[in-house]
Amino acid sequence: MNAMPKQPLLARYAESLFWMARYLERIENMARVIDVTQTFETSGRAAQAWESVVRINADEEAFRVRYGEPSPEAVRRFYLLDRDNPTSIPAAVAAARQNARTLRPLISTEMWQQLNVFHAWMTALTEEEAAADQLSRLCARIKEAVQLNTGITEGTFFRDQGWFFLQLGRQIERADQTTRLLDIKYHLLLPSLADIGSALDLSQWHALLRAAAGYHAFRRAHPRGLTPHSVADFLLLNGAFPRSTLLCVRLAEWNLDQLRHRYGLRVRAPAERLEELRAGLEERTIDQVINGGLHEFLDWVQRMLIAVAGEIGTAFFRDWRPLAVEAQSQA
Amino acid sequence: MHVATTGARMDGETDVAAGLGEAAQRPILAGYDPGPFFCELTTSRPDDGGALAAIAARLAALPVEELRRRAAAAERDLFNLGITFTVYSEATAIDRILPFDLIPRVLTAGEWRTLEAGVKQRVAALNLFLHDVYNAQRILKDGVVPADLVLGNANYRPEMQGFPVPFNTYVHICGTDIVRDTDGTFRVLEDNARTPSGVSYVIENRHAMLRAFPDLMRGVALRPVDGYGIRLQEAMCEIAPASVDDPQVVLLSPGIYNSAYFEHVFLAREMGVPLVEGADLVVENDRVFMRTTTGLAPVHAIYRRIDDTFLDPTVFRPDSMLGVPGLIAAWRKGNVALANAVGTGVADDKALYAYMPRIIRYYLAEDAILQNVETQICREEEGLAYTLANLDRLVVKPVGESGGYGITIGPRATREELEAARAKLIADPANWISQPVIGLSVGPTLTPDGLRPRHLDLRPYAITARDTWVLPGGLSRVALKPGSLVVNSSQGGGSKDTWVLVDE
Repeated sequence: MNAMPKQPLLARYAESLFWMARYLERIENMARVIDVTQTFETSGRAAQAWESVVRINADEEAFRVRYGEPSPEAVRRFYLLDRDNPTSIPAAVAAARQNARTLRPLISTEMWQQLNVFHAWMTALTEEEAAADQLSRLCARIKEAVQLNTGITEGTFFRDQGWFFLQLGRQIERADQTTRLLDIKYHLLLPSLADIGSALDLSQWHALLRAAAGYHAFRRAHPRGLTPHSVADFLLLNGAFPRSTLLCVRLAEWNLDQLRHRYGLRVRAPAERLEELRAGLEERTIDQVINGGLHEFLDWVQRMLIAVAGEIGTAFFRDWRPLAVEAQSQA
Repeated sequence: MHVATTGARMDGETDVAAGLGEAAQRPILAGYDPGPFFCELTTSRPDDGGALAAIAARLAALPVEELRRRAAAAERDLFNLGITFTVYSEATAIDRILPFDLIPRVLTAGEWRTLEAGVKQRVAALNLFLHDVYNAQRILKDGVVPADLVLGNANYRPEMQGFPVPFNTYVHICGTDIVRDTDGTFRVLEDNARTPSGVSYVIENRHAMLRAFPDLMRGVALRPVDGYGIRLQEAMCEIAPASVDDPQVVLLSPGIYNSAYFEHVFLAREMGVPLVEGADLVVENDRVFMRTTTGLAPVHAIYRRIDDTFLDPTVFRPDSMLGVPGLIAAWRKGNVALANAVGTGVADDKALYAYMPRIIRYYLAEDAILQNVETQICREEEGLAYTLANLDRLVVKPVGESGGYGITIGPRATREELEAARAKLIADPANWISQPVIGLSVGPTLTPDGLRPRHLDLRPYAITARDTWVLPGGLSRVALKPGSLVVNSSQGGGSKDTWVLVDE
């Protein structure tokens, strides 16, 4: 056992680090989703493509109340400009910044400043900047802003407990977001099962890989050919691709274990949930997953990740309340 | 002489600006006239060693457009760095910076010696007074200060009676508001002995200055301002319970919605301690702990930026969500230190201010190094009569307010405003003091019309545990409206970097 840390970490800081990382990861993935949806639009099923974005975020009701039927313009506005929509990119940037403000005593000035400037930019974003012909460039800039933050964090953030909570949040959110990216394709296919395996279908799988920045990585795993099964396998179950759900779950497990090993945190409940999730991913082949229903499987993964986050919250964050006995032993 | 000649870079920039219009090229100090007021930059002082003239010469070489460009860049930096306070309305939250003026305010080494000694004396007297008031009350029994003024004061805390504090220090952090009149004499306007704010701007203004105006500072030897956090941390450790070897210090903040949150973050970072909110702390068996990921961790010293009455709902306001139940009991047991101590508000009251010269003489047998502004106490018959008879020539202030609110400036007031003030005075004389209008000193300040004189004040910050240390300089606040005497940030004030020259 390593020496116990000198500096304790406030429970509230741990919570903010976890959520700041989740919001940032969510922003990056939303930009990827919007970018790829624009690509799908060219298939001539523009409305369906954008509707699927609303569906994978479970925003059907909230969207209908505000905008009625999904049109490409309305969906773009809902996710890129509408700060009142809690699942929009500007709302997520505001939430990430709010957490960063809470964390100002802990994080580097450079991390904070970049996020503060990013937030000011997103808050001032205009309709013109989010127009269709600007969209791809806008999504690239949003992705880059998050990646810049990730890089600054890697290069400046002190490696103690807080670092592991940050990584934990990032990996859990990334695992979740990859399942949502895959789910778009599922929803888009629903109306026309006959398309499966067609040229259009394949080009969409292609686009999906590119949205996840995974095309070249995929080629290294599968030098020849591209089938729906192999792409789903790669995004969900690959052990080396940084956005694959399985790898993210493994990294989350590793980070949690570091918190136990290095800092003596009581991680049992969330660790058990994560192990259950990892086993569920490892023990299935992609054929079994697809035959059993891809959408249903993705749904199960998402629910398991929610449970993991809940266990982490109970163990370390807001819900955490010291037991009298523990308090005695700490004093 | 410790001022280098104008640097090559400034010459180059002058050339760049050569293509601009005539107005833009006009030397920026041309046409600057401080009038009858003492100017904190251009009025020469016997011991300035030529530094003031050299700084003015450098400024003179700078086109006003260049200054504007730099000022805009400096303010953008402050915004990007989040050196801001948030103004909340129903629907929006807008981040604002405290306006920053690039033209520094300069104090000579000799001026600073006077200010430093005066502030230390004042802090010593405040602490002796508080110790007396919360123990033997000699000064009340001797009739130097009226007993009801202290014991009937809303900020008097009977809970403090007979309670010992380390080194008999109550005011660990003090901000002394000082102005300068037309002949250059420093006068204390107010003591801030509760939770004075603004020190973060002293340090951030210097950083901003180094970014925006390195060529103005080149070769000018200044007293540094970056030791504040370390001094504060050391003071907190000194007052922590003596039985603890390596005390855990925290800064207790009301949280991110507080307008001074930036400063709380700044100080927590500079001290290298956690910034906690009330809900992060818990008291068990009269000991204070913070909630961490591994359980409860003990806390030994708290720099609190929460008012007395919000500190502990079991003792003060029961509706306080910001405080920590049981904190006062833990403090009284000596298990945790609090800075500032509870109950210091009785010493920085505007009504008590009038008695400060007498308080200093009473405890220290010395005259005040820094004069008060002559003050009429309207609770005294004589003071009220004088004030009512000279209302149009006096500044009338409520004793309980801060932030520059509720003030009537006689010479500037309309007849209606004067009558309103008169009615308030008669209705509740004890709530008011009056002072003559001071011709506050000015500094050249960038305005839409170029550099113009604007009134300034100065708030040095003193840290006291066993001994007192004063941060060289302090916060120079500037009233940005022409002729305005109100420098408070809540009323459109800005700030400047304060330079203390080093002795030759």
